[in-house]
Amino acid sequence: MELYNTNGYELSEMLRTKKISSAELTEAVFSRIDSVEQSVGAYVTLDKENSVRKAKEVDDKRSRGEELSPLAGIPVGIKDNISTKGLLTTCSSKMLSDYVPPFNATVMDKLIKQDVVVTGKLNMDEFAMGSSTETSYFKKTKNPYDISRIPGGSSGGSAAAVSAGEAVMTLGSDTGGSIRQPAAYCGVVGLKPTYGAVSRFGLVAFASSLDQIGPIGRCVKDTAMLFDAICGYDEKDATSANIKHPSYLNSMNGEVKGLKIGIPKEYFSKGIDNSVKTAVLNAVKLLENNGALVKEVSLPSTDYALNAYYIISSAEASSNLARYDGVKYGYRAKDYDGLIDMYEKTRSEGFGDEVKRRIMLGTFVLSSGFYDAYYKKARLLQRRISAEFSDVFSNVDVLCAPTVPTTAFKIGENIDNPIKMYATDVCTVTINIAGLPAMSIPCGYDDKGLPIGLQLIANKFDEQTLFNTAECYENLIGGFKHPEL
Amino acid sequence: MIKEGYEVVIGLETHAELNTESKIYCSCKNQFGLEVNTQVCPVCMGMPGTLPTLNEKVVDYAIKMGHALNCTINTVCKQDRKNYFYPDLPKAYQISQAEVPLCQNGYVDIYVDGEEKRIGVTRIHIEEDAGKLLHSDKFSGSLVDLNRCGVPLIEIVSEPDMRSSAEAKAYLETLKSILQYLGICDCKMQEGSIRCDVNVSVHKPGEPFGTRSEMKNVNSFSAAVRGIDYEVNRQIEILKSGGVVDQETRRWDDEKGVSVSMRSKEDAQDYRYFPEPDLLTIVVDKERIASLKDEIPELPNKKLIRYIKEFGLNIKEAAAISENFEKAEFFDKCVSFESISPRSVCNWLLGDIARFENANNISVWDTCLTPEKLVELISVIDSGKISNAAGKTVFDIIVKEDRDITEIIEEKSLAQVSDVSALETIADEVLLQNEKSVSDYKNGKTNALGFLVGQCMKASRGKANPSLMKDIILKKLNS
Repeated sequence: MELYNTNGYELSEMLRTKKISSAELTEAVFSRIDSVEQSVGAYVTLDKENSVRKAKEVDDKRSRGEELSPLAGIPVGIKDNISTKGLLTTCSSKMLSDYVPPFNATVMDKLIKQDVVVTGKLNMDEFAMGSSTETSYFKKTKNPYDISRIPGGSSGGSAAAVSAGEAVMTLGSDTGGSIRQPAAYCGVVGLKPTYGAVSRFGLVAFASSLDQIGPIGRCVKDTAMLFDAICGYDEKDATSANIKHPSYLNSMNGEVKGLKIGIPKEYFSKGIDNSVKTAVLNAVKLLENNGALVKEVSLPSTDYALNAYYIISSAEASSNLARYDGVKYGYRAKDYDGLIDMYEKTRSEGFGDEVKRRIMLGTFVLSSGFYDAYYKKARLLQRRISAEFSDVFSNVDVLCAPTVPTTAFKIGENIDNPIKMYATDVCTVTINIAGLPAMSIPCGYDDKGLPIGLQLIANKFDEQTLFNTAECYENLIGGFKHPEL
Repeated sequence: MIKEGYEVVIGLETHAELNTESKIYCSCKNQFGLEVNTQVCPVCMGMPGTLPTLNEKVVDYAIKMGHALNCTINTVCKQDRKNYFYPDLPKAYQISQAEVPLCQNGYVDIYVDGEEKRIGVTRIHIEEDAGKLLHSDKFSGSLVDLNRCGVPLIEIVSEPDMRSSAEAKAYLETLKSILQYLGICDCKMQEGSIRCDVNVSVHKPGEPFGTRSEMKNVNSFSAAVRGIDYEVNRQIEILKSGGVVDQETRRWDDEKGVSVSMRSKEDAQDYRYFPEPDLLTIVVDKERIASLKDEIPELPNKKLIRYIKEFGLNIKEAAAISENFEKAEFFDKCVSFESISPRSVCNWLLGDIARFENANNISVWDTCLTPEKLVELISVIDSGKISNAAGKTVFDIIVKEDRDITEIIEEKSLAQVSDVSALETIADEVLLQNEKSVSDYKNGKTNALGFLVGQCMKASRGKANPSLMKDIILKKLNS
C-alpha cells in the first residue's frame, strides 16, 4: 500500500502520531499525479505550490503541538464548480475559463479552517450537466479502471482522482446523480447528502432545488470524515437546514442487525445489466445474512422521475445560467454589434452543446403557455414522489438499489445520444427530486472488471443509517479495491 | 372626468424603495448617492455560486404598508424569479413575487375636489431593484453601477379606479405621505425612491373599458399628470379619427412632453416566472401581522379629513399639516391641550415655524420648541398677557433656546399693559397732544382713530393691550 492510496482516516492517524508528515503525504500525492494524470485527466487546475506551502504550515502547527482537525494536512481535491477564492473556478466551461472568484464557498471556508491541503480543481461536465465528464470544455477524464471509458459524471474528475490516488478524498456535487454515478463507475464511495445538509453557498448553481455538495472517498470512513467537515447550517444559504449534526464518523457502528432494508422493485426493472442486478442483490443478501431484514417495496412513480427531473433541473438551469452574459465576468465574444448581438455571440460561443440544450429545454418549459403543462406538472410529480418515499420509510430504514443500471461506457459511446445519456441517471435522479440522502459504494465488478455501485437510500437527515450500513458491508467484504493503473 | 365624450380610466403601478439599513438579499448598505460600485458584494453582483437571504425587515415594512392600505396580508407566500436580460441586472433575473403577493385586496381613500374617493389596491409585493446604466460623453459605450442592485422595493398595484390625472396625482401624494408616515421610504423623488408606471385607457360612458397603454419612465408626480393628460389626448385623437388604440408599452419623455412606443403586445416579454428555489416560502404568523398593525399610526389621509371636519382647517392647511408626519404629530400634540385654539396652532405651524424649518432645513422637532412651549406661548398671547408682536419676539428666542417664557417676558418687559387706569392716563396724554387728529375724527375722518391708537401704542412702547387701548380711545372720543 502506497501513501497515495491509503485510506484517509488511516493517514489522519499517521499524521496525528507523526508517523508521516503532511509534506510527505502531499509530495506522494503530487508524484502520483505526475505519473497518472496524463492518462486520467482528473484535474482542470493543479495547485501544487499552495498545497506544498499549506502542508508545511500544517506540519509546523503540529510540531508546535497545536490541536488539529482529523483532516489537517490531508490532500483533498475540489470539483471545479465550488468557489475557491483566488483559484480558478471554471465549471469546466469556456464561459468561465478565466474566472477567479473573490470569495470562498462555505464548504471551502470550513475545509481551510480545518487545515485541509487543497490539491486543485477537478474536471466535470460543463456546469455539471452530463453523465460522463465528456461535456467539459477542457478535457476528457478517463476511468482509472479502463482509460478507454468514461469515469461518469458530472463529478467525473472527483471520482477518478480518488480512484486513481490523485487525491485522498474529494468534493463533488450531485444534482441528479453526479456524485453517486461516477463513484459507482470508478469504484469509490460517494455520498449525496440530504438537501439542506451542506451549504450550497459558493456552489455554482445548476439546479438550485436539487444541487448538493458531497464527499467522495476510498472508503466509508473517509466519506464520513469529509462529510463531518462540511455539513451544517449556514446562514448564507436559506435552504440549509438549521439542525444539529452528530459526528457521523464517531457515531458509526457498522451494524445492520434488525435493520429493515427495502428493495424498490422499480429500480430493478428494465434496462438493468444482469451483472449489476446480481451484484446488488448479492450485496443485499450479504447484509441479510448478517441480521438485516429485507423486503420488497414499491415506489410507483419512479418511471416519471426522469422526466420531472429534466424539466425541473433544466428550468432552474436556464435561469441560473442567464447571468453568464458577457457583461461582468467570464467570456465575452470578441466581435459584436450592439448589446443583443453581444449576448447572443457570447452565449453561443461560451457554452457547449449540452448546456445550450438544457438552457433551451428549460426556457421552453417555463415559457408562457407551457408552464402548466411542464414545470407545474413536474413539481406536482415531485410532491408525489416525495410522498411515496415518506410512505416507504415508515416501513423500512434504508433502500438498496443499483446506482446505475450499467457499468462505465466507452468514451464517445453516448455523447451524440442525449436520451441514452440521460437514461443513465434513472436510478439516481429520483433521490434528488425527493431531497433524500443516498450513497454509492462498490459492490463488485462486471465481466470486464468494471466496478458496480450499490446505492443506499435513507430518509431525510438519516445519513447515519447510510454510513452504518455501508460500513458494515465494507467490513464484511474486507474493504474496497483499487484499480491497477 | 369626461373629456370630449370619453371617460378616462387610470391604474398605477407604484414602486417605492424601502429605507431598510441593508439590502433585501445581502448585508450591503442600502444608501443612495455613494461612489459607483462601492455598495456591492458577490451576492448583489450575482457572482456564480452566491445565494440570496431575505432581509426580514423588508417583509415587516411591506406588511405595514399592507395594513396602511387595508390589505389582506398573506401568511404564506413565495418569491419568484422574473427572467430577462439587461446589463443592470447581474443575475439576469429579478427576485419578485408573481402569483401570490405579500399583501392584496386593499384600498386607500384619497381626497380630491373636496370629496373623498376610494381607490382599490390590487396587491403589494416585495422585490429587488436593479442597478443603473451610466452614459456620459466622458466615455464611450455604457457603464453600469450596481450600488442599487438589491435595494428593496415594494410594488403597489392599484385597481383601474382613477378617472382623471388629478385623481392619479392625489393617489400618488397620498401613497407618498403614507410611506413617510410609516417611515419606510425616504420618498425622495429626485433620487428615484418612488417611481410609477401608468396604465391609461379611454372609453365612451356605458361602454366597456378601452384598450390600455402602459407608460413607463414616469419619474415624478407632475410628470405623471403630464403623461396621463398627453396619453388621454392621444388616445381620444386616435378614436375620434376612427382609429384603434394599440395595447402597447410606451415610454414617457418628460422633457419633450411626449410618449413613444417601446413595444407592442406581440413583442411583450415573457418573463418566465417560476418560484425562486434559493429562498424559502415566506411564512408570517398572525401575531407578527397583528403587532405590525399596532405600529401603524393614524394615517395622513384620515388626519386630513379630521382636521377639516373637527378643527375647521381648510383643505390646503389640513393637507400641509397632515402630509408631513412630524408636523402632524406636533399639531396633534398641541391640540391635545384643552382650551387651545387649533386655528392658532395651525397659523404658527404653517407660518413662523414653517419659515424657521425651511430656513434651517430642519423639522420642528429638531428646534428647541416643544408642543408644551407653543401651547404656553399661544395662551399668553390669546389671554392678552403679551401682544402678537411680543409673541413673535418670544418665539424667536424659544425656537432657538430652551428658555422659560415667563422669564423672557419679564426680562424683555414684554407684558402688555391691560390696567385700564394706566391706559387711560396714556390716552389722555396722547389726545391732548394730537388735537388735530381728535377734531379730524370728530369731523368724520374715522381713520384718525388708527393713528391715535398707534400713538398710544408708541407711547406705551408697544406694551399696551391694543384692543383695550382702542376701546378706551373710542370711548373718550365719543364722550
